[in-house]
Amino acid sequence: MAMRWKNTLKDHHVTDEAVYLNRRQIMGGAMAGLGLSGIASAASAAEEELTPNPWDDITQYNNYYEFGTGKDDPARYAGALTTEPWTVKIDGMVDKPGDYGFDDIMKAMTIEERLYRFRCVEAWSMVIPWNGFELADLLAMAGVQSSAKYVAFETALRPDEMPGVRYPVLDWPYVEGLRLDEAMHPLTIMATGIYGREIPNQNGAPLRLVVPWKYGFKSIKSIVRITLTDSEPPTSWNKANPREYGFYSNVNPEVDHPRWSQATERPVGGGLFSGRIPTLMFNGYEEEVASLYTGMDLRENF
Amino acid sequence: MTSVKDKINGAARRVPTWALYIVYLLPVPWLLYLAQTGGLGREPIKALEHELGEIALQLLIIGLCITPLRRFLGINLLKFRRAFGLLAFTYVSLHLLVWVVLDMSLLWGQMWADIWKRPYITVGMAGFVTLLPLAITSNNLSVRKMGAAAWRSLHKLTYVAIVLGGIHYLWLVKGFQIEPILYMAVILGLLALRVVPKRR
Repeated sequence: MAMRWKNTLKDHHVTDEAVYLNRRQIMGGAMAGLGLSGIASAASAAEEELTPNPWDDITQYNNYYEFGTGKDDPARYAGALTTEPWTVKIDGMVDKPGDYGFDDIMKAMTIEERLYRFRCVEAWSMVIPWNGFELADLLAMAGVQSSAKYVAFETALRPDEMPGVRYPVLDWPYVEGLRLDEAMHPLTIMATGIYGREIPNQNGAPLRLVVPWKYGFKSIKSIVRITLTDSEPPTSWNKANPREYGFYSNVNPEVDHPRWSQATERPVGGGLFSGRIPTLMFNGYEEEVASLYTGMDLRENF
Repeated sequence: MTSVKDKINGAARRVPTWALYIVYLLPVPWLLYLAQTGGLGREPIKALEHELGEIALQLLIIGLCITPLRRFLGINLLKFRRAFGLLAFTYVSLHLLVWVVLDMSLLWGQMWADIWKRPYITVGMAGFVTLLPLAITSNNLSVRKMGAAAWRSLHKLTYVAIVLGGIHYLWLVKGFQIEPILYMAVILGLLALRVVPKRR
């Protein structure tokens, strides 16, 4: 599996956890020393305030119901998932529909590092240093037609490799969707790594969506199909319980989820007495994405 | 030759109830130790909350087994019933305490809102409240003061509490999950045994 990364990444892309944290410290120090923080962009300034969770938090505490509903089930069972070779079918309203090999996608894309907040609908959160590319670049590769308005995604369904799909927890395969402008937003990425390392299976290898201003379940894992369409695609959690999970599922402390208060969240990894922190509108990305929803009633379109 | 039933009854007579308290309270320090040392995973609060709640539900179910065991199989574990009830209440209280202190960090306003707004929390809290009078009257003095008949009808509230507990579990999971459904099936099955008419 390491081959994939050798083919596509240069040495300087591979950052282990210690180096990553160290480099952040150096950058922070340099910025303060030179008084450059004033000219840093808003996004990178915001990023500098975030402290990423350690590798173990990110890879040992997962929701990936195809491997079981327990938080440690994915880390235990996802190793059975074959991620090589991997192809993504891109179809629907695109100029160049077809099966895109993972390696070919990686050759065409520029991998960058994105430090994002990650907020689960169950009111826990992490900060994750993803590696990936903008979804917009992948969509451009396939050539989105002007009639397309939505993007639909589908997760692999492999009963032989995924013990969780023996139970009708959800209507398999897992499907998700975004409006085209959400999909094209520069914050929306396809992640292929964490901490500069190959993304582990339990986190959605070999490539998954990351939409940082929405609840985690929107960030669909192990994608095998992307379909451009002109109508709002079905989404798994909305099908399972439309009263609780809307199509948009934007992180919003003001809109109640019937079962989890969204006003606060508990950062994972703080131990027994870590307490809760207030949840931010759009998970802290309000400045970047609020304009996507101008004129919409977010209580109606939750 | 003594039957299996008689052997069990004989063994039960020799086991003192205090032994049950000791055995069933051992998981508490063990779980706290695991939570503190990473044995419960990356998010120990939720895991601790879940473990305590599940043990509470199991203890309530064991309590519910005692009458049918005697009635249908002739196994008499009646002397342990109070212990199982009080242990269940202890675990429910610890489960609630973890929620209040560790999970919600004493955010009273948010908790109060949650109790009214989130049905699974409403139901769980109702279950706890239902168990309160039962725990308070689980002593011989109360039985004497209330009279056996009144005491027995009050303690039928166990049925309400355990159903609320089962619903609480069913309602809190996401999607269609097997475990809470199994718990609920066992609870309803044990309750159904109580309406089986007595044979003559």
